[in-house]
Amino acid sequence: MIEVKDVRKSFGDKEVLKGISAVFEKGKCNLIIGASGTGKSVLLKCLVGLEKPNVGGVFYDNRDFTNGTTEEKLEIRREIGMLFQGSALFDSKNVEENVMFPLHMLTKMSRSEKLERVNFCLQRVGLENVNKLMPSEISGGMKKRVGIARAISLNSKYLFCDEPNSGLDPLTSIKIDNLIQEITLEYNITTIVVTHDMNSVLEIGEHIIFIHQGLKLWEGTNDEILNGNVPELNEFLFANKLIRDMKKNLK
Amino acid sequence: MIMLSSLVTNRERFGIYLKLIIEEAILIGIDSVFIVVIVSSFIGAVTAVQTAYNLVSPFIPLYIIGTIVRDMTILELAPTITCVVLAGKVGSSIAGGLGTMKITEQVDALEVMGINSTSYLILPKIIAALLTFPLLVIIAAFLSIYGGYLAASLTGLMTQKEYIYGIRFNFHGFNLTFAIIKSLVFSFLISSISSYQGYYTKGGALEVGRSSTNAVTYSCIAVLCADFLLAKLLL
Repeated sequence: MIEVKDVRKSFGDKEVLKGISAVFEKGKCNLIIGASGTGKSVLLKCLVGLEKPNVGGVFYDNRDFTNGTTEEKLEIRREIGMLFQGSALFDSKNVEENVMFPLHMLTKMSRSEKLERVNFCLQRVGLENVNKLMPSEISGGMKKRVGIARAISLNSKYLFCDEPNSGLDPLTSIKIDNLIQEITLEYNITTIVVTHDMNSVLEIGEHIIFIHQGLKLWEGTNDEILNGNVPELNEFLFANKLIRDMKKNLK
Repeated sequence: MIMLSSLVTNRERFGIYLKLIIEEAILIGIDSVFIVVIVSSFIGAVTAVQTAYNLVSPFIPLYIIGTIVRDMTILELAPTITCVVLAGKVGSSIAGGLGTMKITEQVDALEVMGINSTSYLILPKIIAALLTFPLLVIIAAFLSIYGGYLAASLTGLMTQKEYIYGIRFNFHGFNLTFAIIKSLVFSFLISSISSYQGYYTKGGALEVGRSSTNAVTYSCIAVLCADFLLAKLLL
């Protein structure tokens, strides 16, 4: 479980997060949604420690991540796996070396154990015979899969995904969404996905928070979201004609 | 200073750094040998020819050309010109590589894993530069003097015997030490300035290009300033 308590973050005079509190439960796909520039990515960066909140804190299973000691933060960080928007695979390493990287850096496993784990993770995300390919030689969808394999290679307790579907076709997007959901349930981890993709919201949004101008305006599930009565949320949701038609049919 | 202090906190295992230092030494050192060989050989040759052109007095013995080539090479041309060339080649490569890693979130990926990204990415580059630059400068000094020898003997400026006498005449061993000290200082300046420029890149591809340009510009300025200071302090 990850708990966010009254997180505020400013850059200069601009207050990006204006006091956000939320609880992200274990074994669920938790989604943070909102339009571009509303503070989703900043909140994610505060969650994983890439930015420090000005006020408030982030707690991983009641462990203070924001104000903890360096050792405490390091311990939590090693339980975190993250899929970045652009996959963030290391250009100079092939697929196998990318997935092996956290194992190489943070464990004392033997070479054969690491290789076994890498092959398991790659198979788990549906990739085979790509071990020796460089990131520049694989498609965007495959990069995301490799990114997920790297994120789960250390048996992470917490999985963060920043816009996992950006730049992917709808079919591949659904496959990635389903993969994230399967992994969340299979390993009973706490997953947080930042997205503005409505397909993801409806497909895997077991717990959703909607952020608008640095504030949490709505919280609920994918079953409830279409009936929300927050004007800003409705404006965000029903920008898409397909979703508008879906709501009409529901009525 | 903050960046430099973060290099030595929360370091990874020694074995990891050893492998990275070897990789960086190949990139920084061995991959630069070709350009150093070309530049230093021609500098030595040109110095010999131009010195001969300027020495028109019959009272100055010809072997002095060899002495001038030797001292100019060891004191200035080999360490400074080689390092200015390396600032262009290695500095832009370091800044460009780190800048690209920064804007494509690869640095963030390291941080999220709990790895000290400055230490992991920058420390091996600085150590590799400290190890390889002096070696490159020694190669440059040797080849520059040899280039002068070839130019002088092949064009008939003087005999081989006169040139060899000239480069052995009134030799001060400290000059070599001075050249090594200079190369160590320059290697630290170039690798740390370029790493700083690359690591703190913000924005996109345009900014990566700007970081590379800044890395070369600031490294060259720093090398020239340090060159003057070291000459003033040590000679």
